[in-house]
Amino acid sequence: MTRPKALTVYLWELRKLARQKRTYLGLGAAVIVPILFVAALHFQNGAPNDVAFGRYVRESGLAVPLVLLLFGSIWLFPLITALVAGDIIAAEDHNGTLKTILTRSVDRGHVFAGKTLAAATYAALALALTGVVAVVAGTLQSGFNPLTDLSGQPVSARRSLMLVAASFLVYLVPILAIACFGLCLSALTRNSAAAVVGTLMFALLMQLIGILPGLSGTQPYLLSTQLSAWQGFFRVPTDWLPIMRGLWVSAAYGLPALMIAYLTFLRRDVTGG
Amino acid sequence: MRALSKRYGERLAVDAVDLTVQAGDVYGYLGPNGAGKTTSLRMLLGLIRPTEGVARLFGKDPQVSGARALDAVAGFVEAPCFYPYLSGRKNLELCAAYDGGGEAKRRIDESLDLVDLADRAKDRVGSYSHGMKQRLGIAGALIRNPKLLVLDEPTTGLDPAGMRDMRELVRRLASEGLTVMLSSHLMSEVEELCNRVAIIRGGSILFDGELDELLKSDGESRRLRSSDQAQAAAIATRLGIANRIGDSGELELTGGDDELISRYTVELGRAGVGIIELTTGRGSLEHFFFQLTEGESETPALPAAEPEPAVAAAR
Repeated sequence: MTRPKALTVYLWELRKLARQKRTYLGLGAAVIVPILFVAALHFQNGAPNDVAFGRYVRESGLAVPLVLLLFGSIWLFPLITALVAGDIIAAEDHNGTLKTILTRSVDRGHVFAGKTLAAATYAALALALTGVVAVVAGTLQSGFNPLTDLSGQPVSARRSLMLVAASFLVYLVPILAIACFGLCLSALTRNSAAAVVGTLMFALLMQLIGILPGLSGTQPYLLSTQLSAWQGFFRVPTDWLPIMRGLWVSAAYGLPALMIAYLTFLRRDVTGG
Repeated sequence: MRALSKRYGERLAVDAVDLTVQAGDVYGYLGPNGAGKTTSLRMLLGLIRPTEGVARLFGKDPQVSGARALDAVAGFVEAPCFYPYLSGRKNLELCAAYDGGGEAKRRIDESLDLVDLADRAKDRVGSYSHGMKQRLGIAGALIRNPKLLVLDEPTTGLDPAGMRDMRELVRRLASEGLTVMLSSHLMSEVEELCNRVAIIRGGSILFDGELDELLKSDGESRRLRSSDQAQAAAIATRLGIANRIGDSGELELTGGDDELISRYTVELGRAGVGIIELTTGRGSLEHFFFQLTEGESETPALPAAEPEPAVAAAR
């Protein structure tokens, strides 16, 4: 017998996601938010001057995806990520389908790996959709023009586009850490709603801790701070410190959560359904 | 299963269960609701971890061997569960993929035909009736081409026609050589389908053995209505036939071969006791079950226990 591996589970997880309405809620939000943002720019005066790159959104469309990264950090991307990561194990447990797949020929470890990859793919796809739609809509609105970086230096449009892509990649790392936390809650709570809301609350709590007086020293080590690490690309010379810190701090949050989820999933009693 | 136990906090759901399913058996696992049947089956299939003891399938412990222990086993615990947003066929394709694809995938059409779902295979499972989901559960099990089929209360929730069809399907699969372990709280179902039976109550096995032996042990019984029940009872006692007048007023006669009963009827005639009705019946599983589970008799006459070691598995 050919024993199925994580890849089989992963591909079926993607097929299942493609057949569920909630999948399109998150992806729809990832597409609509940039369009709404650009529409607001088109029909109204002014710009979000209080955030980085906000003042440049009328000069270069490439500023739009960067502003959306900052706005999306608060709840949009954590919510989209939580929608699937928090649901992907708990829903199967609740509906009883976990026992259906765990009485086939696939090992629990591979089921977990397939589900983890699917949740990560979903988060990456949502982010990529936002990025592409924001670049296209922003360019249509403000043109494919050079961008002014955080050091006040002009950056060619082509190089800016590459930096935007790199920024989205770096931004994905803490988002994946949030996904790991969602998976952990999904495995632990066996309750989809609790896991989704809990993941979002976790992301919001990180931001709250960062602004509490007396706790500012913790800020470099909060997951929410790493969602701004990409700004290092827009300094001259490139500031690698926040970027590298973003990688290891995200790993420090994400990997233990993933390990807890894995061990819980491996050893748990499956009683749902 | 050997000394298989599961404890939830203070509550012992399954208490040192020992039982063996032999190849070719249609094995009834009978007990009232909450007796521990489903918990035992979950442990057998590796879905939950035993607190103590071990369950083995063809010699492999699911807790040690993981999915490898289930290679020759299929079935479902409680109701079979599928993805409601996928069609019946897609659900089976998913199951086949998780079985390694290939052979399992090729058996999908055959299995759908067998459970009479071929014409609804493209519909979403969310639109299926309970009975159709049960049948899809059987189809999902059969694509694995198992040697042992584990079914947990397969007729629960079905209408009479659905129950009849499901029993017919199980009988047919068993006649094709499939070993079946069937949990049920329906005695008629177990009596109709199974050749061996285990009775569980409060997490403990009260009986494990051949159904025929069990029914014989319950004894051949006769019921008599006569013109004078008291005198008929006295004559039965004189002839050495165990008897008692039941709640319905009928005289229950147990033991005694045909020759003795023939003499008894002659004696009744000589004594001027008219026979209104004399019926013969085999012992019933229901009678035995209630004796065991409600303590009508503390120690019903059990048939000789199997000398097999109580290791778990179909061999």
